[in-house]
Amino acid sequence: MGVQAMARVERGARSGASRRRAGRPRGSWSRRAPLLPALVFLVVVTQLPFVGTLVISFMRWNALAPDDRGFGGFANYKAAVTDPGLRSSLVTTVVLTAAVVLVSLLLGLGLALLLDRKFPGRGIVRTLLIAPFLVVPVASALLWKHALYNASYGFVNGTLTWLWQLFGSDSAPQPDWLSAIPLIAVEASLIWQWTPFMMLILLAGLQSRSPDIVEAARVDGASTWQVFRQLTFPHLRCYLELAALLGSIYVVQNFDAVFTLTSGGLGTANLPYTVYETFYQAHDYGQASAEGVIVVACTMVIATFALRTVSSLFKEGAL
Amino acid sequence: MTAQEGRAATGLLCRGIWGFLAWFCGLFFFLPFAWMVLTSFHGEADAATNPPSVGAALTLQGYREFFGASTGVSPWPPLVNSLTASVTSTLLVLALAIPAAYALSIKPVRKWTDVLFFFLSTKMLPAVAGLLPVYLIAKNAGMLDSVWLLVILYTSMNLPIAVWMMRSFLAEVPVEILEAASIDGAGLLTVLVRIVAPVAAPGIAATALISFIFSWNELLFARVLTGVVAGTAPVFLTGFVTSQGLFLAKVCAAAVCVSLPVLVAGFAAQDKLVQGLSLGAVK
Repeated sequence: MGVQAMARVERGARSGASRRRAGRPRGSWSRRAPLLPALVFLVVVTQLPFVGTLVISFMRWNALAPDDRGFGGFANYKAAVTDPGLRSSLVTTVVLTAAVVLVSLLLGLGLALLLDRKFPGRGIVRTLLIAPFLVVPVASALLWKHALYNASYGFVNGTLTWLWQLFGSDSAPQPDWLSAIPLIAVEASLIWQWTPFMMLILLAGLQSRSPDIVEAARVDGASTWQVFRQLTFPHLRCYLELAALLGSIYVVQNFDAVFTLTSGGLGTANLPYTVYETFYQAHDYGQASAEGVIVVACTMVIATFALRTVSSLFKEGAL
Repeated sequence: MTAQEGRAATGLLCRGIWGFLAWFCGLFFFLPFAWMVLTSFHGEADAATNPPSVGAALTLQGYREFFGASTGVSPWPPLVNSLTASVTSTLLVLALAIPAAYALSIKPVRKWTDVLFFFLSTKMLPAVAGLLPVYLIAKNAGMLDSVWLLVILYTSMNLPIAVWMMRSFLAEVPVEILEAASIDGAGLLTVLVRIVAPVAAPGIAATALISFIFSWNELLFARVLTGVVAGTAPVFLTGFVTSQGLFLAKVCAAAVCVSLPVLVAGFAAQDKLVQGLSLGAVK
């Protein structure tokens, strides 16, 4: 992504600290020196390969036909754009990311509000809630696929059988979750993993709010709803934005859950999985690159918006 | 009962209900995790019943199977690969991120916010976008199926987050003390060791933790760029994607074993986890 674009987004977001500290221009190279290794490393490892992707995207190159390699113009882009698979995976990516981020944000908010109150065993409940986030993503996807969703002996259907038997019935519904509602099944497993993350950020936000003001509002007779609407929510807003942004960065790139739960089948293939498939299974290097470039173009729209959010938070001094 | 006592009783009841609800939600979210751990200690036949047999006899058979009791396939090489890739890349991330964060906070370069946002913007470039050239370069350089290639990629993956985190921690070093120290004639090394390091130590720990977890969890690069030699633990787990008859206990044991380092590190440092994931924004 262009440095210039970033600079445009970011212009004017200087905090007081920079003005205070950057007053003296002397020794600018000795100042820059510690920055260079990280910067050079990152440009070489992340930006240069993308230039390679850009070049290959204009080439006719399939690893299965190595002799037929050459300049292909916009053929790959044409093939990618007219491919209904890519379009559906674009929609899937948007739906998946939006659903996971929104639902886990709401659940996380509810849980954070619950945990913000004092009750016996609060520390234990917090620890229990963090557990899903600490399971390796592939392991979590395997757990959902085999131990929970399995149609004949998974925990979900097992619990249904048990509940129905409790009421004397033997005809509990036993759906095959992964083929009946594949996308929702993938989303549910991701929501399980990401809700703790949202909860942790929002809880930290709630606990950074000054208790005096809430107390004062209560003394003045404000109801619980009024306190939430007028005091807690405005204070929490930047934490909600931060949680949503970070969640989107991670969820939009999700590969593990889609790969493990459905192997991209049944309309659950998102963009990262589709690019992986074109490259790793179809060996069409040219088209995979064109798809990669399209992914980046889409991400840049979201990213510019997202970075604007971060920089406005930055300006307000929340970070 | 006076009105005041009545209100106190309602308050207590209310608090009880909310506490109960919090416990209920906590346990509900914990349930799949608990089921995973419980199933990993069940025999294969008990693990695959409908309705579930919660109270079935406990056994270590699932773990024995995971460690290759009947197949002879040991999970140790992938686990060691994961450990090598995660630890080495974490050290490399710290070595690159700490000086960079220093140049963005304590002695900031001009336009340091632009640089900071450039770091974050590379994180928004999806990993798949550069995957193919990396694969082709690695193939030509003979670096496919090598842990060191993963070390380089994981370092670049975690470096932006690490720079953001370390910057937010180093920004807390009081400038006045730094200036006073340099007026008193303290050298750069003294300043770094005596003033910066103590303030930054918890931040370094948080950065290392996050970097380790993300490297340990990574699948896409490892899946595409490694094979039999350098495959990591998540790649090993993908061997369980297709069903193999009665193998629930084995799968759950595998999931527990591979997640164990992250679980231990994460539970031990919950607060650091929050700081890290929010790029150091939430303290």
